[in-house]
Amino acid sequence: MSTSTREKPSIVGSGILVIGAIYCLVPVVWVFMASSKSPSDLFSTFTYAPGGSLFDNIAELTDYRDGLFWRWMLNTGLYAGVGAALSTLVSAMAGYAMAKYRFRGRTAIFNILLAGVLVPGVVLAVPQYLLFAKLGMTNTYWSVLLPSLISPYGIYLARIYVSAAVPDEVIEAARTDGARDARVFRSVVMPMMVPGLVTIFLFQFVAIWNNFLLPYVMLGDDRLFPVTVGLSSLLNQGAQQPALYSIVVTGALLSILPLLALFLLLQRFWQVDLAAGAVKS
Amino acid sequence: MLPAVVLYVFSIAVPIGYTAFLSLRTVKVQGLGLGPGSRTEVWAGLSNYGGTLSDADFLSSVLRVLGYGLVVIPVMLGLALLFALLLDSVRVRARRFARLVIFMPYAVPAVISSLLWGFLYLPAVSPFTYAADQVGVTLPQPMAPGLVLFAIANIAVWGGVGFNMIVLYTALRSIPSELYEAARIDGCNELQIAWRIKIPVILPSLIMTSVFGMITTLQVFAEPTVLRPLTNNISTSWSPLMMIYRDAFTRNDIYSASATSVVLAVATFLLSFGFLRLVQNRAFAQENR
Repeated sequence: MSTSTREKPSIVGSGILVIGAIYCLVPVVWVFMASSKSPSDLFSTFTYAPGGSLFDNIAELTDYRDGLFWRWMLNTGLYAGVGAALSTLVSAMAGYAMAKYRFRGRTAIFNILLAGVLVPGVVLAVPQYLLFAKLGMTNTYWSVLLPSLISPYGIYLARIYVSAAVPDEVIEAARTDGARDARVFRSVVMPMMVPGLVTIFLFQFVAIWNNFLLPYVMLGDDRLFPVTVGLSSLLNQGAQQPALYSIVVTGALLSILPLLALFLLLQRFWQVDLAAGAVKS
Repeated sequence: MLPAVVLYVFSIAVPIGYTAFLSLRTVKVQGLGLGPGSRTEVWAGLSNYGGTLSDADFLSSVLRVLGYGLVVIPVMLGLALLFALLLDSVRVRARRFARLVIFMPYAVPAVISSLLWGFLYLPAVSPFTYAADQVGVTLPQPMAPGLVLFAIANIAVWGGVGFNMIVLYTALRSIPSELYEAARIDGCNELQIAWRIKIPVILPSLIMTSVFGMITTLQVFAEPTVLRPLTNNISTSWSPLMMIYRDAFTRNDIYSASATSVVLAVATFLLSFGFLRLVQNRAFAQENR
């Protein structure tokens, strides 16, 4: 890119960006401040004034029903982490097959899959519940994990990535050396796909972590909740016992910290060109 | 390939089929509806659809969500485009910082951001109420009946603007810079370049982000559901999806809920079909068929 600096930096432009950044920081800074306040200060001191009770709040949250919150965090890690990892693998295999194999019905299958992107998880949650209820599988880890494994969008991205990043010649060379399909995929294709796979993983991770309706309808036992459903049920109870608000806010802070960290660490993978369908890394 | 097809059938195709089936059924109650065998499932034809489409709650939830979409999509995409163009312009400072911070809300799930904003909307906490009090102005409550739609829209904009900004910014970065040089030689200033070159070139991305915006708008659920405990002004049928949830799980009327789901899915599908046509031919140019 050309970095011509013939003109002076634009104050208006920079100003708009900074205002945008401040807007985005408003709730995040607030949650840092609010979770350091004692329950009695939460509604009585200035919103952005820090308090000295962060560790008390964390202890309070940890005590809440014998560490239920931390169990929610572990559940979230399980749903989003394991779900995203498996779904990335499934997407990679399907994307690779569709990009590099010629088989009957390839276009049809791909179109049906794409149509699946467009009826996204949220409308599906209720039908999925009805089906899982028939099978007696609601209220289990599986009921949240299984529907998360398939991601039409992930397959779509994987297919594009394979066709852009894995040349046919490499696959042929591996075949000539006597490698079989599974081995070609594992030892040749997968390593070449790593940057694309990281991106798919991140998208899936955020999508599962963000999917509120699915666990909300599937799970009745609050020990299986992911942290989002857990905190929203706590907020519900807070309407009767405002003392709970303090731990809800502290929980909100603790729940976004790992994701913010992951996000900052991996930010270079977030470059998305949806229209061209390409994922750049 | 096989695992994907199996999972697809199990998690997407079968539920859709099952819902379509249920949407055509209903429960027939015999006698007082007590005792086994007094409730039987029978064919209902299209009567559930008739029920859904003539249900005042459903119609008002659809209208509400359309209004909500008319607020969210232009504001969110307008801001995203503005920020993306500014990031792409060489004359702006603090770019890395701004890009990172504006994108950050994407990492916060809708439930958590609704929860945070929900507190910020409470008069006792709101920094805006505080600031207004200092100068003696009384602000309206953000969750008052007429404003609650904007309160929810703000949360969606906050959560979505950064992601869309990155999409548009990536599209802008792929424009070859010779185009700009040529325009500059012809005497265009930055604004004209943005208006005449950048926006037309990234139009496909803009259309796509709008379609995605519409799809997510139709399905708004988490934000109003999380805000409900904090206000009396969000009904259980605020959005179509909330109404489906209410019918299926509070009223135990899975047949109506199924019919409503199908209507919503068809609407989503029609909206996104345009998008499908739009991307399909562009995406696989590099694959030899």
